[in-house]
Amino acid sequence: MIEIIDLTKQYGKFTALDCLNLTIDKGTVFGFVGQNGAGKSTTFSILATLLSPSSGTAYINGFNIRSEPKAVRSQIGYMPDFFGVYDQLKTVEYLDFYGASYGISQSERNKLIPQLLELVNLTDKQDSYVDILSRGMKQRLCLARSLIHDPEVLILDEPASGLDPRARVEMREILKELKNMGKTILISSHILPELAEMCDTIGIIDQGRLVAQGSVSEIQQRLKGEKLIVVKLQHGLDEAVRFFEDQPMVSGLVKREDGHSLQFIYSGDAEDQVQLLKMALLQNLAIVSFSEIETNLEDVFMEITKGVELT
Amino acid sequence: MRNLLLNPVLNKEFKLRFRSFKSFLGLGLYLLALSVLMVGFIFLESQGSPMGRFRPEQSRTMFILMSFIQMGLILFITPGLTAGVISGEREKQTLNILLTTNQSSASIIFGKLISSVSFLLLMIFASMPIYSIVFLYGGISPGQVLVVLGYYIFTILVFGSIGIFFSTLVRKTIIAMITTYGVTLFLTAGTAFLFAVSMSVSQMGNSSNNPFALFFVMLNPVMILFSFLEPDAFSELSNQLGLGSEFPLWAANMVTYVLIMVLLIFISVKKLRPNMKVKSRR
Ligand SMILES: Nc1ncnc2c1ncn2[C@@H]1O[C@H](COP(=O)(O)OP(=O)(O)OP(=O)(O)O)[C@@H](O)[C@H]1O
Ligand SMILES: [Mg+2]
Repeated sequence: MIEIIDLTKQYGKFTALDCLNLTIDKGTVFGFVGQNGAGKSTTFSILATLLSPSSGTAYINGFNIRSEPKAVRSQIGYMPDFFGVYDQLKTVEYLDFYGASYGISQSERNKLIPQLLELVNLTDKQDSYVDILSRGMKQRLCLARSLIHDPEVLILDEPASGLDPRARVEMREILKELKNMGKTILISSHILPELAEMCDTIGIIDQGRLVAQGSVSEIQQRLKGEKLIVVKLQHGLDEAVRFFEDQPMVSGLVKREDGHSLQFIYSGDAEDQVQLLKMALLQNLAIVSFSEIETNLEDVFMEITKGVELT
Repeated sequence: MRNLLLNPVLNKEFKLRFRSFKSFLGLGLYLLALSVLMVGFIFLESQGSPMGRFRPEQSRTMFILMSFIQMGLILFITPGLTAGVISGEREKQTLNILLTTNQSSASIIFGKLISSVSFLLLMIFASMPIYSIVFLYGGISPGQVLVVLGYYIFTILVFGSIGIFFSTLVRKTIIAMITTYGVTLFLTAGTAFLFAVSMSVSQMGNSSNNPFALFFVMLNPVMILFSFLEPDAFSELSNQLGLGSEFPLWAANMVTYVLIMVLLIFISVKKLRPNMKVKSRR
């Protein structure tokens, strides 16, 4: 079980994480979604005791990350978004080293390592040097490493990034297996569909703030009530942006690439929409068109997180 | 203590280091160079002497020469071996993972310090048999050889901890290296220079008591090594400086160095992981 309370991280004046509150129940999989720079890795680094928060705190299985970081470390298996491996070390030795670092006895390690390699399908690579493994293999090896002390909580920062579609499927299978083993898993991604299938709950983070949270079906429900509206202007785009930004029920407003239109997510009904357009015209905005775009879950999500990556 | 010996970092680095053939090739070449140097020295000296023999005084000179060469080597190599060990892991992005394990910061720092200088220690130990050729010709006592050896190990650990310190505090290896070499240069050439300056200043003032000069000598590992090798000449110097020999300089040096080392290692251990309690406004 993970409890995040008012977690804030500032880099100088820049607020990377703004008063984050979250509770993740034991044995569930929580998907943390957000665009690049949203603050996912920052959150995970703090939970892994690698970064000190500016304020707020978090509890992992009841241990405070601030006052009991050592206990927290034995509770979690952490996989960073970017990581390196030692060269000149073989796969088995690599796992053995980290096993020893967790104080696991040699005999225990000898039993454990083949099981872990089996779990991540690397048995045939046990005598290869780790630095020549492919990226997907390294990623799986890193996952095996994070499991070596049998942690109850897994904190996985984009474990599938940089993998080809097949490797993604493989990674997902492994994660499902881990879920079945009863682990609490915290996993991040910029891509919602990738997570939707296997997560019990999802949190969407944007600019350091949690903008939506709930079960996958809840979020889907919520997003269904929203539509994407595109407004094309003849001129005065910035003015229009300022106007629409301040309107109720408008979120995720961005300028489109063509340079004279903008789009936003609108959660009001048809009546509200009529009013909105009227107001806009009263402002003398040079609106050429005002149209609603058919959306599906993915599109709306992409708007919320303003993500660009689809693959 | 047991914990330090069962140190996973130490274990792993030993395995890596002593597995590679290159390491042993390097060691072999070093010993060969040292032997050639010694044999050459003996050959030249005995050629020049009237009876064609190698006399104890010459053997002594050779030992002192070798000791300075090895000391120079130590001071030159130790920063390079140590200043990259923590920052290097940070740059290779392996440090984060290591820091999320249960291993204590102290154990990581010690493991890194010992393993990074282990090969240098091995080089020094392995050169000892060659060194002891001087026993054949006399002029030096086994005790002196041991003292020199002990001071080598001490110097390696002290300057190694300087390297580890900067490696932990500074993000970039290259900057950690430069800083460590800078400090090492200051403690050797720098203090020697300041010693010379304060000597010439005091000669002008015509005072025999010169605490500054003494202080700079005390900080300089090469001078201290010299005091072990030529105690008579050295006590004459410290008499001139007006301190007599109530408190030997080498003792002052070792106390100072131990304090520096303990402080630097302590800070490194504290700074390796972030202080999670800091900046709490709640
Ligand atoms: N050491 C640092 N100093 C200053 N700013 C930082 C630092 N680390 C991260 N940031 C900023 O904090 C914000 C959050 O970064 P973070 O790495 O948590 O994003 P993320 O959600 O993981 O993004 P991505 O999907 O690209 O991995 C970014 O705007 C980043 O520029
Ligand atoms: Mg990230």
